[in-house]
Amino acid sequence: MIAAPMIEIEAVSKRYGGGAAVLETIDLCVVKEEFVTLIGPSGCGKSTVLKLISGLTAPSGGTLRVDGMTSRNAREIVSYIFQDATLLPWRTIRQNVGLGLELEGVSKKRRADRTDALLKLVGLGHVADAYPRELSGGMKMRASIARAMATNPRLLLMDEPFAALDEMSRDRLNEELLRLRAEQKWTAVFVTHSVAEAVFLSTRIIVLAPNPGRIHATLPVDLPFPRTAALRATPAFEQMLANVSLALRSALPQ
Amino acid sequence: MRKRVVTVANALAVFAALLLLWQLILWIFHVPPFMLPSPWAVAKAVGARFPSLLQSFAITAEEAVGGILLSIIVGVGVALIFAQSRWVRRMFYPLTLLLQTVPIVAIAPLILMWVGAGMFSVSLIAFIISLAPIIANTTQGLISVDENLVHLFLMHNATSAQLLFKLRLPHAVPSLFVGIRIASGIAVIGAITGELYAGSSSVGRGGLGYAISYAYSQLQTDYLFALVLAATVLGFGFLFLVMFLEWYFLHHWHESTLAPDVE
Repeated sequence: MIAAPMIEIEAVSKRYGGGAAVLETIDLCVVKEEFVTLIGPSGCGKSTVLKLISGLTAPSGGTLRVDGMTSRNAREIVSYIFQDATLLPWRTIRQNVGLGLELEGVSKKRRADRTDALLKLVGLGHVADAYPRELSGGMKMRASIARAMATNPRLLLMDEPFAALDEMSRDRLNEELLRLRAEQKWTAVFVTHSVAEAVFLSTRIIVLAPNPGRIHATLPVDLPFPRTAALRATPAFEQMLANVSLALRSALPQ
Repeated sequence: MRKRVVTVANALAVFAALLLLWQLILWIFHVPPFMLPSPWAVAKAVGARFPSLLQSFAITAEEAVGGILLSIIVGVGVALIFAQSRWVRRMFYPLTLLLQTVPIVAIAPLILMWVGAGMFSVSLIAFIISLAPIIANTTQGLISVDENLVHLFLMHNATSAQLLFKLRLPHAVPSLFVGIRIASGIAVIGAITGELYAGSSSVGRGGLGYAISYAYSQLQTDYLFALVLAATVLGFGFLFLVMFLEWYFLHHWHESTLAPDVE
């Protein structure tokens, strides 16, 4: 069976103004329901790749299609999760989770049903009417994830979403993210600095090298799903960690 | 709660000490009453002329409120234009600095000349003097939105109206309140200063500024003190009103509530 492509990046490059290239020509195909993680040292253009896929920035060269559409036209099936929870502080958690639906003109009634179900799903039902500043970092990130899920995305772009959290919250959210993925079957492109996170979440890890940003290595992660916390203690997981770390080290300029 | 009681008690104690010092100065230096009336004489003047004091107070309050409301409407409007582009800001921002630096005593006679004496011209002076902080703060609020929030809205194909009303304007409200807080204090000063020039009314009623200049010319020093007191009360009243509104609208989500200022 040949899986249908979700993202097709062909010879895409990016430079800002007349400056040096942020991304050298990149070719990458992400098929549906893959969980691809981009990892690499600072300045390798990981976040730029997400910005290109989302159409928030235009490529300087090459072609890029998302589910057969231009990135701008594909926005309806894409959700973006940022490093910060990016909740609107003047809205309650419920209103924040409903934001995407609201902007897309979904009726109040349908919005309420959808947001309440999602809040329950991410374990925030009890703080639906609280304001973001009353919540911990982990809870805010859950709300951010719920907001991203609200519009039923087929593709999730995540830019270091758990980087600001402590390790325990991060591990738990990693597990919850995979639980959501098993139910909702979206495709994901995930950016992180954490090798453990990359191995735990991904079906494929792409190591980028800096100056200019380019693909250095591609490592499939053949660990079985469903993945639970117990996976982190297995030799296969440890071995994968070592492989990725090694690839990452060789991506750094000597 | 207990902390607040202590704070109030402290303030009252300082006030009482000042009154005592005032009275002591009178006793020790034998200052004539037309130079410095006793606290008791001021209190008597407040009691005896309370209706006209209240009337002056109300007139000045109305003028200052008119000035502030006008500067909020115009200020937010200008800020919305300023928020459109860096280029517009570069061109016109120096003009708002001009508003802030031009001495009000220099333009008051001009206003008087152009629009005539009366409450409207006083409001206009209060408006001119309180406009700059509202423009500056609101513009800052409108343009300092987190880039990722803008990206979030764009990812949901938000229209520019949605970006403005659901993101930029709500984000700017705390800054707007900072502007209003600054403006409310100087609008009262502007109204009183304006009245010194433009507040003189032919029908014999005027605001605090007018009454102050009149009491001064008659050497009614005790009433003059009563008027100064009323002006202070007005300034404080405005400040507390704005702080209350700020708390009322923002305490759910914003850190800039009253608490830190009281400490």
